[in-house]
Amino acid sequence: MNKLTLQTVGKAITHDSAEMHVSGSAHYIDDIAEPAGTLHVAPGLSDIAKGILKSVNLEAVRSAPGVVAVLSAKDIPGKNDCSPGFGGDPIFADKEIKFHGQVIFAVVATSRDQARRATRLARIEIEGETPNVQVEDGIQSGETVLDDYTFIRGDAPGLIEQANSAISGTITVGGQEHFYLETQISFAVPGENRTMKVYCSTQHPTEVQHLVARTLGQPDASIVCECRRMGGGFGGKESQAAQWACIAALASRVTGLPAKMRLDRDDDMVVTGKRHDFLVEYSASHDDKGVVEAIDLELNGRCGHSADVSLGINDRAMFHSDNSYFYPNLRIHSRRIKTDTVSNTAFRGFGGPQGMVFAERMMDQLAIKLGKDPLAIRKRNFYSKGRDVTPYGQKVRDNVIRQLVAELEKSSDYKNRRRQIAKFNRKSRFLKKGISLNPIKFGIAFTLMHLNQAGSLVHVYTDGSVQVNHGGTEMGQGLNLKVAQVVAEEFGIDVSQVQITATSTEKVPNTTPTAASSGSDLNGMASKKAAEKIKKRMVDLAARLFQADRKAIRFINGKVELGDREISFAELANQCFIERVQLSATGYYATPKLTWERETVSGKAFLYFAYGASCSEVTIDTLTGEMKVDRVDILHDVGSSINPAIDIGQIEGGFVQGMGWLTTEELVYDSDGRLSTHAPSTYKIPTCSDVPADFRTALFASKGNKANTIYRSKAVGEPPLMLALSVFSAIFHALASINPGKVPDLDTPATPEAILRAVDGMNATGK
Amino acid sequence: MSRNAVRFLRNGVVTELSEVGANETLLDYLRLRERACGTKEGCGEGDCGACTVAIGSIKNGRLVYESINSCIQLLGQIDGKDVITVDDLGDREALHPVQRAMVDEHASQCGFCTPGIVISLFVLYHSGESADRENVNNWLSGNLCRCTGYRPIVDAAASAIDGKANDALSGRLAETQKILGEMQDEEDLFVGSEDRFFAAPASIENMLELSARHPDAVILSGATDVGLWITKQLRDLPKIVHTGRVKGFSDIVDSVDKVRINAGATYEDAHSVLYSIDPDLGEVVRRIGSKPVRNSGTVGGNIANGSPIGDMPPALIVLGAKLELRHDKSTREIALEDFFVAYGKQDRAPGELVTAVTIPRLGSSQHFRAFKISKRFDQDISSVLAAFCFTLDGDVITTARIAYGGMAATPKRAVTAEQALAGVTLGDEAAIKLAVTALTKDFTPMTDMRASAEYRQKVAGNLLRKALHEIRVGDTKTTRLLAHREASL
Repeated sequence: MNKLTLQTVGKAITHDSAEMHVSGSAHYIDDIAEPAGTLHVAPGLSDIAKGILKSVNLEAVRSAPGVVAVLSAKDIPGKNDCSPGFGGDPIFADKEIKFHGQVIFAVVATSRDQARRATRLARIEIEGETPNVQVEDGIQSGETVLDDYTFIRGDAPGLIEQANSAISGTITVGGQEHFYLETQISFAVPGENRTMKVYCSTQHPTEVQHLVARTLGQPDASIVCECRRMGGGFGGKESQAAQWACIAALASRVTGLPAKMRLDRDDDMVVTGKRHDFLVEYSASHDDKGVVEAIDLELNGRCGHSADVSLGINDRAMFHSDNSYFYPNLRIHSRRIKTDTVSNTAFRGFGGPQGMVFAERMMDQLAIKLGKDPLAIRKRNFYSKGRDVTPYGQKVRDNVIRQLVAELEKSSDYKNRRRQIAKFNRKSRFLKKGISLNPIKFGIAFTLMHLNQAGSLVHVYTDGSVQVNHGGTEMGQGLNLKVAQVVAEEFGIDVSQVQITATSTEKVPNTTPTAASSGSDLNGMASKKAAEKIKKRMVDLAARLFQADRKAIRFINGKVELGDREISFAELANQCFIERVQLSATGYYATPKLTWERETVSGKAFLYFAYGASCSEVTIDTLTGEMKVDRVDILHDVGSSINPAIDIGQIEGGFVQGMGWLTTEELVYDSDGRLSTHAPSTYKIPTCSDVPADFRTALFASKGNKANTIYRSKAVGEPPLMLALSVFSAIFHALASINPGKVPDLDTPATPEAILRAVDGMNATGK
Repeated sequence: MSRNAVRFLRNGVVTELSEVGANETLLDYLRLRERACGTKEGCGEGDCGACTVAIGSIKNGRLVYESINSCIQLLGQIDGKDVITVDDLGDREALHPVQRAMVDEHASQCGFCTPGIVISLFVLYHSGESADRENVNNWLSGNLCRCTGYRPIVDAAASAIDGKANDALSGRLAETQKILGEMQDEEDLFVGSEDRFFAAPASIENMLELSARHPDAVILSGATDVGLWITKQLRDLPKIVHTGRVKGFSDIVDSVDKVRINAGATYEDAHSVLYSIDPDLGEVVRRIGSKPVRNSGTVGGNIANGSPIGDMPPALIVLGAKLELRHDKSTREIALEDFFVAYGKQDRAPGELVTAVTIPRLGSSQHFRAFKISKRFDQDISSVLAAFCFTLDGDVITTARIAYGGMAATPKRAVTAEQALAGVTLGDEAAIKLAVTALTKDFTPMTDMRASAEYRQKVAGNLLRKALHEIRVGDTKTTRLLAHREASL
């Protein structure tokens, strides 16, 4: 496909909802006009992390003002579980309390305020036990939520033991709260004959539909789940949205009235899963140039009390522990640690970022040991010809990292700035600077194979307007716009003629979550196929009616060119109706060529890789540990962009979110297993002033994705988050300057406290 | 004489409500009663900014618009003011210039924070101030965005704002000011019953009388703390006495040798005068909460609530500030440090009110430094707030006043360290080391989610070192990441 011939795809069109966003007229679920009688639901939570429910006295709750009903496990007609697959996630705690904040009951009242206040009146007795809270506690207990999993190539432990040069280390990688601005919300509206429509802020309407049906003990077909847009998702509304939908639906079933459940921010932060934190232990052998010979890696991921989607997350941490580097020999062992805390879940990158922290730490550590520029060590370890097989057996065939890094190295003036920084650090007593240029490579596909499919439903109306329905959900990432651009391109019409709709399980059934960065890859392709079907019928008719040469028929600028004459797209659409030609079609796409087999660690796990690199410069204050990011340069590969403005937004936003994860965002649990940082007052995501004043983002001049994706574009949702690793490495570099040759002891997040501790470690005697 | 309905302006129309819950928030009023749903609730505690609205009021004879967090602002607080939400700015056919710029710069993604950001920029648009990066950061300090990474938002501000306002509001400023002027009355506002009310007296005498009669009433200034008692702790506060309408209660009296700040003055009201005492004091104020929090929260409230992590008290203590309290008909003045008795306990009788704080200006031999340490620079609560005031004779410290927040159950002076520094020459590293060690006698800090005890102790000592180094060398470019004094002096 020649990009020059494209009318709509590739254009920096503004987000379809932008004007609604800025004028406050975009509807989120809490903004939908409430039918008369709408009730409000609030959850009653466990104040204990682990124990057995002894008694639940809800009398005072029931008699509180405005209370209509109080729900608990015994009110569920179907199954008391909202797990995405493995089970173990009760909607209401029945006997066992598994984490602090677990839902025990729910209050249904005439106002949200009344419902919330009534929850506080419950008298609940729990026989408490000492919870396992930290990942270390879980390791010690030996309990896991899923079986271990290992990648092995060669005898890595043996090679490391016999090696002349080896390094080892431990790093703790912190978790992360999603902090989507819109908290979890569901609104259930009952219909006739036990049907129900559930509006839910979810990345996975189909799963919500199915779980609501199962909770109510009804067929899937009796439930519709709809999501127009989310106020942010980031993975936090993949599996975590369902519980509130199930409870709202149950409230509606019990009362016969519409019921809405919107979580309070603090409750949301306590009761929903977060990014997995990891304890990573590693050793590696290498040659005198810093080329890695073997790695031995233990990835301990804290999953919380249940499996949720931890299988894929911990797998992906393994998949990405190579980042962009070739490990000739390896042992990558993953343990899925169980703790008595909230069940950790999907979060942008899905384990990949945690794996990459290891790879980047190893490179930084090797550089210190050898007294070299870490970028030189990184380059020596890049995948290259003959050194191109990943730890999971897939060959890297579309590698552009060497060229991409070379371009960024030049455009960011990395070498010169590194020299300037060395000079600055020699003179500066209190402030130290650091710089780092880090690559990223991220595999695109769900590693759970059956999720790699999507459906679409396209309607053309007789006035030439078009409606697109697809299985993907909009959380701000511009998916709907990209899909609309694809469909507009197909019909040669302006994108404004394509009506974007809410995602609904009654339009497109049996969909997979909008996750794994796959939204536009899957839904763009499915929608293109649907549009192609209709277009073919339109072409057939035009050829017949106007005796036009099929090859000469072009859809362009709202017109249909028929060789020597042209008619408008609308006229042809209307003609189709008159001539009884169907103007509606479904499209379906299943990602081809994926052959991954988990059991045998073989086959092709990813359709392609997305690449990028970033260069960050920071200054730290060695008296306080405070840190400031001074400049960031990013070069990122999106293949042939469907919409460069949307893609740049994903890159910058992902970077800043990753920067927060690695610096100021700290989840603190007390020894009783209670999350202390359960509000924005104590959990600190980046603000405007944390973003570097000098922030340069560019798209890599790609010839297009080598894989046959939608218009040769590449997925962009998750990969950029990991670009922030250069901030962490730059802090490491600044610390290293305090005592050259010594390896700083810095975990993530690099809060002022963590940085000051590392400063003190550098100043302490010994290496 | 009292008025028993809350009155405010919406789109040029005076709205009068006789039914106002004592604890009803402005956000709930907008979303639940008006069904004006453009304004969002993101956190319910004034920390994310999705609920930001613009409040117009007459200050020093001029109509000004300020951003506030509607989720923790009580409805009664907007009596006599103009309320503008995102729903009022423009529609899709005729977007406001800041809305247009937000669209053109691709500055919204999920869009949930966007209404609040639009309002913050709208208020900046009308402030007459410039949209340089640092200023925009400051005006957006109360608006969290999780999607965009902020860069396009800052660019949108720069492209739409040049200090000159020309929008629909500009055309009706005079009319609005006239209406608001007419709405100001000398009557006390009292909505509710003797058992349950929202009251906003018009004079100090009436407020003192009312609070003496209801010693159990909660005294409410900006609601940046009390608001959370309602929205987060779900406390029922049946009696609210709001200070916002008391005549003269937010006055600031600036004289040659001291500054008197009445308790109702907001941080933003007091910012410039505190900055004029010392740039570091100005920076302490700038780092408190966010712009909307500083537009609501008061210097007096930050003292009166007795928080161990309030940022004003340590700084004001080392400056030798005095606190004025009034109870019914009596008035007393105490040293600010004596107000803080123990955790959660202040030297204030039921029904007694903090009415003013008086801060002496620095003498020529006095040197002030203050540092705030937090996980994030903007809109964060201190793990440690350190304040220093050294009186020098040449390069010898004659007296040292040192106080910290976040190090004890109250804002507290470091008496042992102060003594250790008396008579010490700046640059006497051995003596300074002793003073740093003395801090371990002065404080036994605790570990919480903001910082560990060890970090607090360590950084407290390092900040003392930093302050002394800075005073000796005079250069802060080499000692600080931000708020360099050279830029301000």
